[in-house]
Amino acid sequence: MLFKLSLKNIKKSFKDYTIYFITLALGVAIFYIFNSLDSQRAMIEVSKSTEKLIELMINMLAWVSVFVSFILGFLIVYANNFLIKRRKKEFGIYMTLGMGRRKISKILIIETLMIGVMSLGVGLIMGIFGSQFMSILVGKLFAADMSKFEFVFSSAACIKTCVYFGIMYLLVMLFNTFTISRYKLIDLLTAVKKTEKIKLKNTVISVILFIISIVMLGYAYYNVSARIHNLNQEKILIMIGIGTFATFLFFFSLSGFILKLVQSCKKIYFKELNMFVLRQTNAKINTTVVSMSIICLLLFLTICILSSALAVNLVIQTGIRELAPVDIGISKTLDLSGNDAYGNPYSEKRIEDSKISIIDTLKKVDFDFNDLVDLVDITIYATNELTVEDTFGDQLENVKSQFQMLKLDTAEDIIKVSDYNKVARLYGIQEYSLQDDEYIILCDYKNMKIVRDMALKENTNIKLLGKTYHPKYNECQDGFIYMSANHINTGIILVPDSCNLTEDVRAVNYIAANYHATTKEERKAIEEKFLSDDFLNKLKELDSDLSAESKISIFEASTGLSAMVTFIGIYLGMIFLISSAAILALKELSESSDNKERYNILRRIGADEKMINKALFRQIGIFFITPLLLAIIHSIFGIYFATNILDSLFSGSDLTTSIIMTATFIIFIYGGYFVATYFGSKNIIKECNH
Amino acid sequence: MDTVLEVKNLEKYYGNKSNLTKAIDDISFKVDEGEFVGIMGASGSGKTTLLNTISTIDRVTAGNIIIKGKDITKLKGNHLNKFRREELGFIFQDFNLLDTLTSYENIALALTIQKESPKEIEEKVKDIAKKLEIEDILNKYPYQISGGQKQRVASARAIITNPKIVLADEPTGALDSKSAKKLLENFEYLNKELRATILMVTHDAFTASYADRILFIKDGKIFNEIIKGKDSRKEFFEKIIEVVTLLGGELNDVI
Repeated sequence: MLFKLSLKNIKKSFKDYTIYFITLALGVAIFYIFNSLDSQRAMIEVSKSTEKLIELMINMLAWVSVFVSFILGFLIVYANNFLIKRRKKEFGIYMTLGMGRRKISKILIIETLMIGVMSLGVGLIMGIFGSQFMSILVGKLFAADMSKFEFVFSSAACIKTCVYFGIMYLLVMLFNTFTISRYKLIDLLTAVKKTEKIKLKNTVISVILFIISIVMLGYAYYNVSARIHNLNQEKILIMIGIGTFATFLFFFSLSGFILKLVQSCKKIYFKELNMFVLRQTNAKINTTVVSMSIICLLLFLTICILSSALAVNLVIQTGIRELAPVDIGISKTLDLSGNDAYGNPYSEKRIEDSKISIIDTLKKVDFDFNDLVDLVDITIYATNELTVEDTFGDQLENVKSQFQMLKLDTAEDIIKVSDYNKVARLYGIQEYSLQDDEYIILCDYKNMKIVRDMALKENTNIKLLGKTYHPKYNECQDGFIYMSANHINTGIILVPDSCNLTEDVRAVNYIAANYHATTKEERKAIEEKFLSDDFLNKLKELDSDLSAESKISIFEASTGLSAMVTFIGIYLGMIFLISSAAILALKELSESSDNKERYNILRRIGADEKMINKALFRQIGIFFITPLLLAIIHSIFGIYFATNILDSLFSGSDLTTSIIMTATFIIFIYGGYFVATYFGSKNIIKECNH
Repeated sequence: MDTVLEVKNLEKYYGNKSNLTKAIDDISFKVDEGEFVGIMGASGSGKTTLLNTISTIDRVTAGNIIIKGKDITKLKGNHLNKFRREELGFIFQDFNLLDTLTSYENIALALTIQKESPKEIEEKVKDIAKKLEIEDILNKYPYQISGGQKQRVASARAIITNPKIVLADEPTGALDSKSAKKLLENFEYLNKELRATILMVTHDAFTASYADRILFIKDGKIFNEIIKGKDSRKEFFEKIIEVVTLLGGELNDVI
């Protein structure tokens, strides 16, 4: 009997439940997809080479899943509480018919169970198919071998999903029982009649508060963009605080402000139902300030996380091709003396080894040079005569005041232009030529480029070994020596070959080469030789200071990193997005049923359906769009800030692609919720059309 | 005098063949321009159904309703909405004011729906507010004013669009006797001075006594009709009571 009643209830309130149900199913699907990542074909392909990082990623995803289940748990309790509230009268009638609280609780438990089982089932099916789609996406993102496609089902992820959601539903049941036990019969029966008390704010105060919130936001924006170099951790936190508070204030005063604004423009205010829409919005914004602000902040996080995560991936993938053009690059510091970075004196063996070139060291350990082709061997010079400070000339004071954390006493790396061109030719990047009295600075690290360009613009000369050189270009040029995944070259000074660079100012020996191989497997085999215990032990015996970067190692490290950032980003972004959209949708749907009577009044005094639908659309639109708009503005500054702070990850990146992808995501999901809410509301207000 | 409303052989049935309820069973009558007509009857007599069919909120089963030469039973969709907002004015028992709008805005809404220009809206609202003595509450919200004031705001909203006929459904039903009297005086003013045609449904004899003519409805049929003529209101009231007594015990909450 109770079961039948529960089933009928669900059927009856299906309109209210649809969005709740879809959100639950989506949550389950996303949860499954990200927890089944490790068993996916593409992931296995990718992870063969980067086992450790993938393991770390899977671990992190597991932790993020716990966090996500908290968010979803909160969402479920919120949504459920909200649906219960709407059914107070129904429970009241059960009670007058003599049904005990315990039985009502039972009905609710059965309902939750049914909804839970259904959403789990549907969600898992969506998840299983979604994960195949995800597999393809992974393959695309990380250039994994996807020739062998197979259908994957992860029972571990499935069980985990069931357990996590099972716990959440259990909590909801407990929560419901608790809620029901607190209700009084009289309150239940009169719940419908009690209309929300309308508090109306003074519009003048709203206008003042609105201006204050705008000023505060402007101040925070200004500080995280134009004055970004003056920020420290404490200030960043203050700015976040100001931004959050201003967001609350913004939504608190927005409707009052707009109302006042539009009221002063009678042509718009007294047009069709505009007056009604604005008053309605103003009346209910009081109860929605908090949720609107939270939704706005969640959307802000979603946009930032999604677009940065996608951008990081794109940057890394394109960066590697550009910044790791050859198979291996080895460097060694020459002529060591004194203490190492930890203050310990260098061993005699190491000092001895630092006097010979890399080639000689490799010969000593019986390295087979047949494995390498296209080898270039260059020397990098450095002298205390030319430190970072010395390159700034007249601009030194200016630079010092603007960039306080800059280290000024490091000796600059100096390379003869012909040496650099050898490397550049091998790398396939721009070569340079110099007159006898010219120099060039190569730098692709964005923040450092800004600093260096200040001096170059002023045509600052440098002095080196008794000769003065003037800059060939008035800004830094692109170029690098050391391979990496990102643009991290903070500065190399190119001087003409005529420069009298002697043995005593040499600093680093660098060689770059390709492996003598044609296939991927052969390359890997050679790489293995470098990593063999035999080879490494021999080097250890010499206590050699060789450091090497290989294309394969850079690729593996970066792919792992980018996979991690991307997956966690997409995971969190999606969860935030569906949570905020679902809260908004449920709120709006209930508003619509509260407003049913108001729309009926409009009908009675002659407003036609078209006009009413327009008013409804606008009303819902305002509630969906304002948090999104403010979140977008927040994000512009947020992303700008993030790209500046994490410059090494983003430098040279083009965010357009990732922003387009993020926008598509948001339009699909958020827009979908909006459309569903509009049509749901339209149905609700249509119901009693007599 | 021109006929504003003509109801011809109106029928309205509810239910299905096996269980048919005749809410209105062959009713015919006419209302002339500038008339103030009352419709009385017990609950369930069909008076609200009658008003709903005239106000185009409900469809008829058979018969015609002709307002200013137009048969509204033949109108559909947007024409119906257009007709409703341009030719009819409504006053309801529970006021039906929007609680989020001020009195001024509630009155203006009837005009904005008709896409009236903002300038004229202001003039018209101030004018009608003056006539109904609600100028001082124009900027107040419905929850800040009394029931009587609310109903006067609703009346202003109904009359401001210059409707052919104002349909009032138990306008005094939610008011105390003092407010009711004041409202009815306003109705009289609307009727006599502004030449508004009013059709009012009520079960209260005192309220009905302000009308010029009263139709009594019982079981979906017109049971009786009395005209005020040259009588004073007190005499007319007594006549009404007589009919009510005749109608039977159901309508005993007359005063």
